[in-house]
Formats: sequence, C-alpha cells, structure tokens
Amino acid sequence: MDFQSCVNIQKEWDIVGARQLGRDISRKIGFGTVDQARIATAISELARNIYLYAGTGKVCFETLEDMNKKGIRIVAMDEGPGIQDISQVMEDGFTTSGGLGAGLPGVKRLMDEFDIISHVGEGTEIKVVKWLR
Amino acid sequence: MRIPILKLHNYLLISIQIDLDDQTAIQFQEDLLKKIHESGATGVVIDLTSVDIIDSFIAKVLGDVVTMSDLMGAKVVLTGIQPAVAMTLIDLGIHMQDVPTALDLEQGLIKLRQELEE
Repeated sequence: MDFQSCVNIQKEWDIVGARQLGRDISRKIGFGTVDQARIATAISELARNIYLYAGTGKVCFETLEDMNKKGIRIVAMDEGPGIQDISQVMEDGFTTSGGLGAGLPGVKRLMDEFDIISHVGEGTEIKVVKWLR
Repeated sequence: MRIPILKLHNYLLISIQIDLDDQTAIQFQEDLLKKIHESGATGVVIDLTSVDIIDSFIAKVLGDVVTMSDLMGAKVVLTGIQPAVAMTLIDLGIHMQDVPTALDLEQGLIKLRQELEE
C-alpha cells in the first residue's frame, strides 16, 4: 500500500504527534470538527496501544478518493506480541493495562470501517476508515 | 510541560490550553493534589474549553483526579467540554457519570458554591 505519511511510534509524545497529523490530514480532506475529533481520538487509542503493548510501531495515513466518496484510512502496525483472543479485546471494559478498556471497541464505534489482523508473536495490524459524509 | 494552577480564595482554577500528552496529564494529577494539600482549597474548577481531544487515557486521568480530590475533601467541577469532545467520549463508551460538570467557568463556580453550600 502506498501511504502519504507515517508516524513512527517510539515514545509517548509520538501518540500526540500521530493524532495531530491525523487531524491535519482529516481537516484538509474536509471533515468537520466532530469527525476530526473522532479521527484524532481513534488515532490516539491505536497509537497508545502500540506504545503500551508493542513498544514500537507506526501509524500511517492515506487519503481515499472513490467515485464520489472521500475518506481517510489509518493503518496502525506493530511487530509486538500480537493479540491472542481478538474477541476479548473487542469487548467493552476489557483491559490488561488498568485503563478504561474503551480502546478498540471505542475505535470501532468512532470509525466507519474496522479491520484487525493479529498473529501471536508476529504483530498486529489494524486498519480503520472514516468516510466524509 | 506543567499546567499552571491558580488560587482564588478557597478555590483552585485550572485552564488546560495544550494538547495533553500522557506524561503532562499524570504530572498535572500530582501537581493538583499537592496544591490542594498545601492550599487547603475546598473547590477546584478544571476548564477544558480549549481541549479538542479527550481520549480514554486522558478521560481516566481526569476522572481519577476528581475521585482523588474528593477523597482529600475538595470538590472538582469540569467545565467547558466541547460538543465534539462530548460526542467522541460517548462513542468511546466513556460516560463520566460521577463527574460534576458545568457549561463554563462561571457556571462551574456557581455549581461549586452550591455543592459546598457556601
């Protein structure tokens, strides 16, 4: 896949950097303030998961232009420990970090499309899309 | 980065005007509790008018600081939560039901006065 830009997640501040870049890109695409907040929040959750569970990884952005639709695709990738039970992490309130357990199910609700691929010992890739309405 | 905490009579006033990273949020939690302890403040207003994103981590830190302050004997009111932030929090599944809130700083101070029956 050909991404316009990626943010490497290595330190905590990169979470803020990723969501600020994501917000800038979504503003340029034409998203309103509410959707900008949704997209930035989703990026923040995805980037924090990388930082917390994999240590390092990256978040990439792509502007989507279909026939008459515009949108943004965000891909969060890491080569961390992977997720053993995906259905468990998609449950509201499930957490291993002492957080609110709102992360992934929250991201799914904030975005229009949500795909997750994870292999134990190899890493995790989460792709989300938000369409401009 | 440190968030300034202002004292006004028995109250502490905080206006968060930066994009909060995790470390700054945790530092703020500590600073506020310390300031409550030192100043003997009975009420705190945290104004979030300039905050345009609250993710689950920041929400947890804010919710925790309200509970922690309460344990110490100080009431906290969160004010100025933006419409986009409120909508995003509900999408995330975060309801912050036990957290006192008000529309703006002025309403926040009125609410504190009522809660503290001053």
